[in-house]
Amino acid sequence: MSVDSILVLGVNHKTAPVEVREQLAFTSDPERPFKKLKEIPGCSEFCFLSTCNRVEVIFTSPHQMETIRSIKKFLFATSNINEDDIDNFIYLHRGADAITHLYRVAASLDSMVVGEPQILGQLKDAYRNSADRECTGVVLNRLLHKAFSVAKRIRTETNIGGSAVSISYAAVELAKKIFGKLEGKKVLLVGAGEMAELAAEHLVNQGISEVIVANRTLERAVNLAKRFNGKAVGLTELHTQMELVDIMVSSTGASGLILHQEDVKPIMKQRKNRPLFLIDIAVPRDLDPKLNDLDNVYLYDVDDLSQVVEGNKAEREQEAQQAERIVTEETLKFLQWIEDMQLTPTIAALRLKADTIAKAELAKTISHCSNLGARDIKSIEKMTGAILNKILHDPILFLKEGHNHEDKQLKLDFVRKIFGLDLEAEKEE
Amino acid sequence: MLFSLSLIGYYLSTTTYIIFFVTQKKKIRSAARCLLFGAGILHTVTIISRYFLAGHTPLTTHFDTVSFFAWSMTWAFLSFRWRYQVKNFGTFVSIVISALMTIAALSSQTIAELPPALQSAWLPVHASIAIIADGFMAMGFCSGLMYLLQERELKKKRFGVFYSRLPSLEALDNLIQHCLTVGFPLLTLGIITGSLWAKQAWGAYWHWDPKETWSLITWFLYAAMLHQRFIAGWRGKRAAILAIIGFIAILFTLWGVTFLLPGVHSYVR
Repeated sequence: MSVDSILVLGVNHKTAPVEVREQLAFTSDPERPFKKLKEIPGCSEFCFLSTCNRVEVIFTSPHQMETIRSIKKFLFATSNINEDDIDNFIYLHRGADAITHLYRVAASLDSMVVGEPQILGQLKDAYRNSADRECTGVVLNRLLHKAFSVAKRIRTETNIGGSAVSISYAAVELAKKIFGKLEGKKVLLVGAGEMAELAAEHLVNQGISEVIVANRTLERAVNLAKRFNGKAVGLTELHTQMELVDIMVSSTGASGLILHQEDVKPIMKQRKNRPLFLIDIAVPRDLDPKLNDLDNVYLYDVDDLSQVVEGNKAEREQEAQQAERIVTEETLKFLQWIEDMQLTPTIAALRLKADTIAKAELAKTISHCSNLGARDIKSIEKMTGAILNKILHDPILFLKEGHNHEDKQLKLDFVRKIFGLDLEAEKEE
Repeated sequence: MLFSLSLIGYYLSTTTYIIFFVTQKKKIRSAARCLLFGAGILHTVTIISRYFLAGHTPLTTHFDTVSFFAWSMTWAFLSFRWRYQVKNFGTFVSIVISALMTIAALSSQTIAELPPALQSAWLPVHASIAIIADGFMAMGFCSGLMYLLQERELKKKRFGVFYSRLPSLEALDNLIQHCLTVGFPLLTLGIITGSLWAKQAWGAYWHWDPKETWSLITWFLYAAMLHQRFIAGWRGKRAAILAIIGFIAILFTLWGVTFLLPGVHSYVR
């Protein structure tokens, strides 16, 4: 088993536009990819991964050209793309590159938003699906488990997933720094625009228990409130509602401020100074910037949030560099394992060959000599064994020595050729 | 000797906690916690051995008092830690513990003869309760400080070292509250036992000696704080500042009074 028989073939958001990717979607029949891939000759182990940003097959194969062509055909079977154009959209990684690629995918270094953690879960599901159908073997089992642990290592040793890189995530992160857990907290949406909806969605996903929508036209408020099982109120009720909620997201189209510092002061008294997190994503702004000066009121406008995001992005890039180092390191470790896998069978093959020759020759010689006793035969056998051991000692030592990866590959190749080990195997096949 | 060992234990634990604060590696935190636990046990042994050495509860000298202060803070923290976890609280608490231990180490360790007025079963009860209360208030001080640091970064919208390392404001606010709700009853009990003892020893419940006066001032400060919290919702920044002021009052009661204003408590030196 050589490293180069590990391959990754697929498309992702970097190599293919969404128009192409959507044609490869394997949503209709979840069994089909496994059935089809199993039929491909030479595809000995595989794992099939399909997400909205990527479709890829991780596989091992001895007869590569043929298998690669078949997998390409399988991937693009449902699309209207010309066979000649396929190569423009796909990537094919082999050996160490394939391992690195898989590690990068698992650690979310290859994702659209670097560091978003969903991909690891998707990869785990993909692996489970493939393993359940007995599509994976020794190499891929180990490789994928390694990929998961590399991803985990990167997550714990770097801060790659640590900070928010979108405005709504930044808002959620800040809310968590103010309130701790968001369970049981209430959010008030002022204005029923798209941004408000997005922010609310993130907040609800994080456990916010109640959504209240206040809008100039009650109808839109009702519609949006329905989405989150919340309640709708008129804008006139703004002040009374503010006494009850913990977070307020404002995104009205008003031309001036809708809430002043003087309005909120008495409200804070009513709230018994429970913290109030105000998010102003409207341009022009809805909320008086001076609100931030009130005790226990935290006001963030769009610019503040973008600043948080920008800072986080820069930080993430730095973390990503550290993560790439870990990937390189782990790839080398895996190559080492594959090498050791190769070393042991090579030594075994070497011994086997020598033993077979010796046994055959012994049998021939003994059949010619009739006057040998049992003890003599034993002695001759012993001597042959000793000769073999002494002759093989140096080649085996030669194989085991040295740590350089390329050296080892060359040595293995060399020894296998000198002793014709691969010829035997091919004959047997 | 034992004291020096526990002092070193506390220093090691504090250093490890600071390293954890910088690196945020969980293994280092467990190490710091183990060190603190070990130092706490050594310290307990130290205090017990002082008891046998002195023949009475070792809470009458300045050295013993401050050492016991650090001891109660350690165990107050470890008992809290056992119930629930607050991110990076240990770093702040262990720094204060080490500071107290350093002050103790710098003062004389000679054992003084117990004045007749102090020879009473009230001594261990009154002194230990009062100082354990101080231990909880010191933790309240740490959480107040953490609150202010976190609050400042959230208000200024500039996120430095503390933002990611400190817990949420709500968690810190709750922590202040917890420290005070344990510390305040103990403080009250400390004053009550003190006045009962005073009645027995000197015939009157209250002498208006500076230590008593300042304890009362401290008590009123904390009482007002808790009252305002429940009635007017004084929480957040204001509660944090008050927790810090309260602790300063405690320190003044402990040291300021002893060294600046002599009175019946002045043998505690």
